[in-house]
Amino acid sequence: MKNDSKAITCENVWKTFRLHTGQKLLRQHLASWFGEEPSNQFHALKGVSFDVAAGEGLAVIGSNGAGKSTLLSVVVGLTQPEKGTVKVNGRVAALLELGSGFHPDLTGTENVYLNAALLGFNERQTKAMYEEVVDFAGVRDFIDEPLRTYSSGMMLRLAFSVAINVDPDVLIIDEILAVGDADFQTKCRERILGFRRAGKTFLCVSHAKAALMELCDRAVWLDHGEMMLCDRIDSVFEAYEGRAAAQKQSAG
Amino acid sequence: MWRGDYLFLLKNLILKDFRVRYRNMSLGVLWSLLNPLVMLVVWSFVFTKIFTNPIRHFSLFILCGIVPFNFFTVAWSSGTTSLVDSAGLIKRVPIPREIVPIASVLSNCLHLAIQMSLLLVFVLASGVGVNVYWFFLPLIWALEIVFACGMALLFSAFNVYVRDTRYFVESSNLVLFWLVPIFYPFSLVPPRFKDLYQFNPIAALVLAMRDIVLEAKAPSHVLLIKLTLVSFLVLGTGLLGFRRLKPRFFDYL
Repeated sequence: MKNDSKAITCENVWKTFRLHTGQKLLRQHLASWFGEEPSNQFHALKGVSFDVAAGEGLAVIGSNGAGKSTLLSVVVGLTQPEKGTVKVNGRVAALLELGSGFHPDLTGTENVYLNAALLGFNERQTKAMYEEVVDFAGVRDFIDEPLRTYSSGMMLRLAFSVAINVDPDVLIIDEILAVGDADFQTKCRERILGFRRAGKTFLCVSHAKAALMELCDRAVWLDHGEMMLCDRIDSVFEAYEGRAAAQKQSAG
Repeated sequence: MWRGDYLFLLKNLILKDFRVRYRNMSLGVLWSLLNPLVMLVVWSFVFTKIFTNPIRHFSLFILCGIVPFNFFTVAWSSGTTSLVDSAGLIKRVPIPREIVPIASVLSNCLHLAIQMSLLLVFVLASGVGVNVYWFFLPLIWALEIVFACGMALLFSAFNVYVRDTRYFVESSNLVLFWLVPIFYPFSLVPPRFKDLYQFNPIAALVLAMRDIVLEAKAPSHVLLIKLTLVSFLVLGTGLLGFRRLKPRFFDYL
C-alpha cells in the first residue's frame, strides 16, 4: 500500500517526561541550565509504531497509566515525541477531555462558535453547520444558557456534535463517550460508523469493550508505554484479557 | 499542523476573554470608565489642592498618562498569565500557541477604546479641541499594541516554566508607574535621562499623546523612530523566545 493512503503513521515513537516538572525552583532551573541532567525520567511511550489506513478504526487499550492518552496527545500534535516520527494526513478533530475548549461561563451557542474556531472552521462554515450541531446534540432548550449549568452528558453531546460536524478526516476520542446515555451512545455509534464508511479515520481510547468492538477493526495494546500487540481487535482483546486473568490468578 | 482560520479563532478567543470578564459583573464595561475616573478625581485633588502645579488642563494631562499606562500594565499582566490560565486549551487543543497571549492583549483593546472616548469627552469639554495630529494616534497605539504583544509572548512563555514570573511582572508595573511621566511633566526629567526615557515605549507613548492632545503638534521623528524600533524588536524577541520555549509547554502545564 502506498504511504499516502495512511491517515496516521507512527514510527518508533518515544515520549519521555521529566518527573517533578512544574515545581522547579530557581535553584533547580539554574542547575539544569548549567548542564546537570535531571535524573528522574519517565518513559511514557517506548518505541511505539503503528499505522492507521484511511477509513479504518483503531482502538487503543491498556490499563491506567499505560500511555494511551500520551499517545493520543502525540498523534494530535500537542507534544513532540523525543524520538520517532508521527504523521497525520488531513484535518484532525480530537475530544481528549470533556470540556476542553469549552468555557463554563459562555453559553452553548458561544461555545459552539469557539470550539468550531479551535477546530479550524471559519465563520461561514460554522454558521452553516450550527443548526445541525444543536439538533444532533439535542440541547436546543439550553443553548442560550451558560455551559456551567449543563450536565456532563449535555456537555459531551455538544462537544461530540461539534467535533463530528466540523467534518474532520481523523476523529480522535479519549474515553469521554462513556458519560452519554444509552440513546446518545447509539446515535454516536451510528454517526461514527457512517463517518468511517465515508472513508474517514477513527482513533479511540476506551475501556468499553462492546463499543470498541463495534467501532474499530484493529487495536493497539499498550502496557507501561510499550506496545504489546497491534492486530485485529478481537485477537488483541483476547490477549489483553488473557493476561489480565493470568495476573489475577498469580496474585490470588 | 493546525490549518484553520486564524482571524476567526482570534476573534472568538478575544470574545471569550471579554465575555468571561464582564458577564458576571453588574457594572460590566462601566468598570473601564470608572477606574480612570476615580484615579483622575483622586489625583486632581492631591495635585491641585494639596500640591499645587502650574500644568494647564491637569485632568487631560493625567489622562494622557494613565490611559497608556493602564492599557499596557493590564495587557502585560493578563498576557503573562494567559498560557497558564488556558492550560486546558494548550494541553488538549492543537491550536498555534502564539495566538493565546496575543488574543489576551487584544481583548484589552475595547477598554482602550472606551478610555480613549473618555479622553475625547474631556478634550471636548475642556475646550482644547481635536486637531489634525490626532491622525497619529492610531499609529502610535498600533506600535504600543505590537510592543505589548511582544512582552506578553515572552513573559507568558517564561511564566509556564517559572510561575513567579507573574509576580515579577506585577512588581515591575509598580516600578513602571514612577518611570513613566504620568503625573509629572517630561520637562522636569533631568536632561541626561531624557533620551533613555524615549526608549521606554510607554513613556514614549505618553509623550506622544501629550504632544498631540495638549500641544497640538506632531510627535517628534526621533521619538517615533525609537518607538517603532523598540516595539518591533520586542515583538521579534517575543516571537523567537516563544518559539524556543513552546515545545515543552505541554510538560509544564
